[in-house]
Amino acid sequence: MVSLKELQETTAEELFLPGNSTCAGCGLELALRWAMKALGPKTALVAPASCLNVVVGLWPKTAPNFPFINMAFAAAAAAASGISAAFKAKEYKFPGKVWGKMTSLVFAGDGGTTDIGIQGLSGAAERNSDILYVCYDNEAYMNTGIQRSSSTPHGARTTTTPFGKQRFKKNLPAIVAAHNVPYVATCCISYPIDLYEKFKKAKEIKGFRYIHILAPCPPGWGFASEDTVKMGKLAVETGFWILYEVENGEFKLSKPSKKYLDPSKRRPIQEYLGIQKRFNTLSEVGLVKWQENIKNAWKYIELELELKEKSE
Amino acid sequence: MSQKEQEIKFISGNVAAAYAARSAKVQVISAYPITPQTTVVEKLSDFVDSGDMPAQYIKVESEHSVMAALVGASIAGTRTFSATAGQGLLYMSEMVHWAAGARLPIVMTIASRGIAPPWNIWADFTDVISQRDAGWLISFASSHQEIYDSVLMAYKICENEEVLLPMFIAYGGFVLSHTSKPVIIEPDDKLEKFLPPLPDEKGWPHIFIDPERPMMHGNLIMPSGFYYEFRMKIHDEMMKSTHIIKQVALEFEKIFGRSYGNGLIQEYKMDDADVVLINIGGLALQAEQAVDELRQEGYKVGSVKLRHFRPFPIDEIINIAKRVDVIGVVDRDTAFGSPTGGAVSSECKSALHNTGIDTIILPIITGIGGREVSVEQQKEEFKILMKLKETGELPKDMIHGTLWDGVLEVK
Ligand SMILES: Cc1ncc(C[n+]2csc(CCOP(=O)(O)OP(=O)(O)O)c2C)c(N)n1
Ligand code: SF4
Ligand SMILES: [Mg+2]
Repeated sequence: MVSLKELQETTAEELFLPGNSTCAGCGLELALRWAMKALGPKTALVAPASCLNVVVGLWPKTAPNFPFINMAFAAAAAAASGISAAFKAKEYKFPGKVWGKMTSLVFAGDGGTTDIGIQGLSGAAERNSDILYVCYDNEAYMNTGIQRSSSTPHGARTTTTPFGKQRFKKNLPAIVAAHNVPYVATCCISYPIDLYEKFKKAKEIKGFRYIHILAPCPPGWGFASEDTVKMGKLAVETGFWILYEVENGEFKLSKPSKKYLDPSKRRPIQEYLGIQKRFNTLSEVGLVKWQENIKNAWKYIELELELKEKSE
Repeated sequence: MSQKEQEIKFISGNVAAAYAARSAKVQVISAYPITPQTTVVEKLSDFVDSGDMPAQYIKVESEHSVMAALVGASIAGTRTFSATAGQGLLYMSEMVHWAAGARLPIVMTIASRGIAPPWNIWADFTDVISQRDAGWLISFASSHQEIYDSVLMAYKICENEEVLLPMFIAYGGFVLSHTSKPVIIEPDDKLEKFLPPLPDEKGWPHIFIDPERPMMHGNLIMPSGFYYEFRMKIHDEMMKSTHIIKQVALEFEKIFGRSYGNGLIQEYKMDDADVVLINIGGLALQAEQAVDELRQEGYKVGSVKLRHFRPFPIDEIINIAKRVDVIGVVDRDTAFGSPTGGAVSSECKSALHNTGIDTIILPIITGIGGREVSVEQQKEEFKILMKLKETGELPKDMIHGTLWDGVLEVK
């Protein structure tokens, strides 16, 4: 693993430029900046309707210093598949040029991924389209004013769940992994080296790749903008957000999450929930449900690891 | 892969559409099966998977993704093709608008069918008409050969830098999609003379994906920005494309020897006609038979095939109106709540507004949901027009000023 200092030096160039209009402390911005450091400028990004569509700048200003296509809400995975196919057609017509080296990237919100875009995403995954699909997960429809999504966690208040959401978060990385694609990974903006290395790896893989990034959102979750990184850390340290990779079907727990296999190492979930305003109506029962849920999530991880051990 | 000699193939309209995409050297295809378009999808799969056509074929999971994929592929600077029908076209509507807004020269054939409910899979142009304000050029083909030829012409029109808009080529489901006729498949050398070259490495002039020239496309624009102007230009250039359409039809005729009138409309025995019937799609061709039979009986009737609905051939309609006293305009589509109930007749009427021409337009709606329209019935339509001309008498049973010809008696 490279050091952060070394990384900062070798990747000093920013492809997502200052002057963009994200809120202070935006997790999405960190996600995109570090992803682009790993992917480099030979990348075509497709962004469906989301915060990202807006924060890149009002026409004619633009923050991304690389090809960037805004796209209809449900259309990102298919549009990126089309771009990827066009690169292949261009590589055929103009062999040996840049076209064979391009990355077709989707950068979509959780709404664009787990709700309206899931059909196109599943189609692209099943076809093994040669694209890298990234979901930055801020756990609600932020762009339209904090409405629930399938990725909103239990108990969270949004403008369409004013008393807290009943259902739990949809486990999209697992759903994508069930498509048997070459690469699936989870990330969190608070672990940039882990994120960087996963993007570096994904870039070299051919076929469908999926990375799901937890991207805390100060206004949407109700915390101070200087606490974004802390929020992501707590998500991992409480064992709620688990960092892992599934490479060609092989499950691997990522380093930052390893020690939380041991439940005693996990911080109490209250530490994470208690400092976000969206959870301030969560009941005792809700809290117990959260604890159960985390326990169950880790049971799956243990099963995956056992399976892996057996196959070795 | 290559087509050295001209060939005459006995094929269905759908297969003709697939051959046209192959002749046009399309680079990226995406399509999703729907009756009565399915055999286009199947034939293209044969072409691509057998290596006969060096194209990328993205077999997506829905029509919304079809057009999303082609929007992506076209933005990246490749020639693209698709085919759909009915519900499929409605399902992709969001992306249909996107393609035009991004000014992408995508070409798509529509094997038109009735819109549900109730389910209907037979000829009815309401599907393509429903997209009339999306910014696509809309043309109708009336024969198997015309499907093939129209696709070739479409690329030349759409990729013209003064146009850069997408185009539909619609033809009636089953009537043309599933019947077979001889179709001339043109050889590469002639095609090369006619077709524009494939986009070069840089792609289209206005939109591209190139790490050397990073471009942002489609970000939010304030009301004070150029949104309004972008939209105005779509209309402006669509209207001006009538000239390109005419030019391309002429060039097509010169190289391949097949005439499609002036590209926008095609007249049949109009020189001394007293009344005329304007049709879209296959019924236009059938009307020519009705004209022939009536002329033998001594009626001076003529027929016009409306090849383009977008851009709408305003000048041509005015010109026809100047020459005859009565025009029957036949819609095989419905435009509920519009002045006539049919899209084409409504627009023909509006074309004559304020021209001082008092030619009578009789709106006719027929063949909805694939209801059969016989030559006899079309002859009757002509006779109704003659009677209207001679006596001023309108047919009985008009509904809100329109003749719904062939409608069953509803109690
Ligand atoms: C077809 C369609 N339906 C609804 C919308 C409105 N809309 C725009 S962005 C958005 C929510 C985006 O949520 P998410 O994907 O989570 O991204 P975020 O805004 O949270 O970054 C919605 C509902 C739209 N643009 N298109
Ligand atoms: S609402 Fe949240 S995700 Fe959107 S820009 Fe602001 S901080 Fe970022
Ligand atoms: Mg979101």
